[in-house]
Amino acid sequence: MSEVLHIDWTKCDGRGLCTELIPDVLGRDDWGYPLARQARGGDRTNVAIVPRDVAAARDAVQLCPKLALSLSPQGALKRR
Amino acid sequence: MDNALWAVGRVSGFVALGLFTVAVVLGILTRSGRPLLNIPRFSVALIHRNVSLLATVFLLLHVGTLLLDAYAKLNIVDVVVPFLGGYRPFWQGFGTVAFDLVIAVVITGLLRHRIGQKTFRAVHWLTYAMWPIALAHAIGNGTNGTAGWFLVLAVGSVAVVGAAVVWRLSATFLETSKARQGGLL
Repeated sequence: MSEVLHIDWTKCDGRGLCTELIPDVLGRDDWGYPLARQARGGDRTNVAIVPRDVAAARDAVQLCPKLALSLSPQGALKRR
Repeated sequence: MDNALWAVGRVSGFVALGLFTVAVVLGILTRSGRPLLNIPRFSVALIHRNVSLLATVFLLLHVGTLLLDAYAKLNIVDVVVPFLGGYRPFWQGFGTVAFDLVIAVVITGLLRHRIGQKTFRAVHWLTYAMWPIALAHAIGNGTNGTAGWFLVLAVGSVAVVGAAVVWRLSATFLETSKARQGGLL
């Protein structure tokens, strides 16, 4: 199932672990911060994760040194 | 049996200290956000965690065997409360303090996602106190603590960790330091 990766920009420090783990989803800007390669409706904060990338995204959530990432099922976004 | 416990107790303390030295340096490298040669950042973070946990296993072995052997005269109170030991209590107390700090750092490390970043970070900083205290314990309490070969290793470790700390405090420590200081403009 597809999920949504939420980036908390108040916590993110651009350490780059997530961009290594899901390189197809996140690029890196010049300052090190993750940049969604495909932003739905211009939203670079809630990034769609296809099933193929979910396991790697979960690793990114676990390993983020700033605890800036969270993963939730697709659709949870609208209820928020 | 007592001789075996005593030998394991000494060697495991030595191994734990060596692994903690590596763990501290890897932790500083993790904080810089840089990959290590061709090892990616997330792997550096995982190696830091695993080396630290391995060091903790050796530390538990160190304390556990010396609790059971007859030479160290260690009792369960000495594991928690420093400076009450029967053999060189001052230096043994350093070991107790370092052990308690390691336990706190490991538990908060494993529970990072539950307790939050602020608490994790505050406790994790104690590592900078733990390492020199552990080294002082090894030199002051270890049977070979003041042996020439050990002191050479100790001086080498202090040089390596010291260099890492100096790097940590330098302006170009972060991988992104230059860009964030306006280097791209």
